[in-house]
Amino acid sequence: MCLGVPGCVISIDGSLAVVDFWGVRRSVRLDIVDEPVAVGDYILNHVGHAIRRIPPESIAETLAMYEELMAADESDPMTADISAEIAGTLK
Amino acid sequence: MSTSAERLEFRNVATVRELAQRLEDLTDRPMAVMHVCGSHEQAIARFGLRAVFPKDLDVIMGPGCPVCVTDLPEVDEAVVLARQGVHIASYGDMLRVPGTVQSLTDAQSDGAKIHVVYSPRQAVDLAREMPDEQVVFFASGFETTAVATAAVIVDPDLPDNFSVLSAHKYIPPVMEIVAEMPQTRVEGFLAAGHAATITGWGIFEKFVERHKLPVVVAGFEPADILAGLVELVTLVRDRTPRVVNTFPRCVTKEGNLPAQRELWRVFRTIGGQWRGIAHIPNGNLRLRDEWAHVDARERFPIDLTTLWDYAPPRLAADCICGDIMSGIASPNDCKLFGNACVPDTPVGACMVSTEGTCRIWQQYGGRPNLGNVAPPPPAARGGVA
Repeated sequence: MCLGVPGCVISIDGSLAVVDFWGVRRSVRLDIVDEPVAVGDYILNHVGHAIRRIPPESIAETLAMYEELMAADESDPMTADISAEIAGTLK
Repeated sequence: MSTSAERLEFRNVATVRELAQRLEDLTDRPMAVMHVCGSHEQAIARFGLRAVFPKDLDVIMGPGCPVCVTDLPEVDEAVVLARQGVHIASYGDMLRVPGTVQSLTDAQSDGAKIHVVYSPRQAVDLAREMPDEQVVFFASGFETTAVATAAVIVDPDLPDNFSVLSAHKYIPPVMEIVAEMPQTRVEGFLAAGHAATITGWGIFEKFVERHKLPVVVAGFEPADILAGLVELVTLVRDRTPRVVNTFPRCVTKEGNLPAQRELWRVFRTIGGQWRGIAHIPNGNLRLRDEWAHVDARERFPIDLTTLWDYAPPRLAADCICGDIMSGIASPNDCKLFGNACVPDTPVGACMVSTEGTCRIWQQYGGRPNLGNVAPPPPAARGGVA
């Protein structure tokens, strides 16, 4: 539950951003993110809120672990946690 | 996917092998360190890292599962509310956590209205969809998750049929308690990366000063965890307690200041029991008085004596979840583990949550028993990812 999941900001409307999580586009709140976020940035989403703007130089390494985990099925608790994090965003 | 990942240094097999070797060389006596994060245990178990940890290094999972440390009376409060006809919305793992006599799932079989949500915002949406019903969000999680609850509570457009029953917990105080337990063997802590994303690593400086135990903030990759342990074991060996951040891509010294502002605007810390562990001073997060209009404890009568007609579950007395989360026992020490207590019919909260030690060990096989296996030659090692 503390893992969070990274996604790419597609558009921003006030404190709501549309974020792409591996092709799934969902709305994420920006009201408690640590730094100003712009379109194209990657954020770490946790239960529907961006909690961190991922530094650009760290994006590739951050995404890699998630990509491996997402290749596993839902019986894997880490994979299930990531799916739950995406489900926590708004449609 | 994994081929591109392998090109990256942190997933590089040679790097992992080298880190494992360094850890082996550094661990020259029996040593125990503790991490306090379900996601760390998941990664350690999933990637089989205990197979490359030195024999003398005991890496213990502490109270790092917020669902598991939710105390019986907190579950009871939610159950009593649900039995009064209030809709309860909560994270899926919370539903099967045993209360004194019932879990929320048990209450649901008796007709209570229970909803699984993945975020506080979805609980608010639920309240909007049912304006004539009361919706209580049974909120659990450490500070990482509590900030999202706080962000929802401060929303001026909150529907007035929505309230929050907070079972949120605050991690720094429990580290103090575990460090002070007379039977503890723990000589250092691995702090969880994403909780520290919120609080910043600076928060551990006072702890280090007080207890003279090192704290290393680490990420969730196999190499992140090994690098964190190499740093931690070095600090333990050299008797140089300080805070080291090995996860700068997610954690800064100050942490997420806007999130901290919302967290402390909404919540205050109070002391309370963490299931099976101890009374933790300042370990619980409760709503401040100015948010009483959103606080389920203020808005509803919650009479726990209404549960007294029920008999408590018989096996719960044998459960040692508390000792496991305090780092005194491991799941293998529990006679229920894998027998009477399995993910489908959990006895203790540690088997319920996907972040619970017992659930993780059950899922991934736990501690590999390599006692009778000769270590392979160095060239063949390191295939942990």
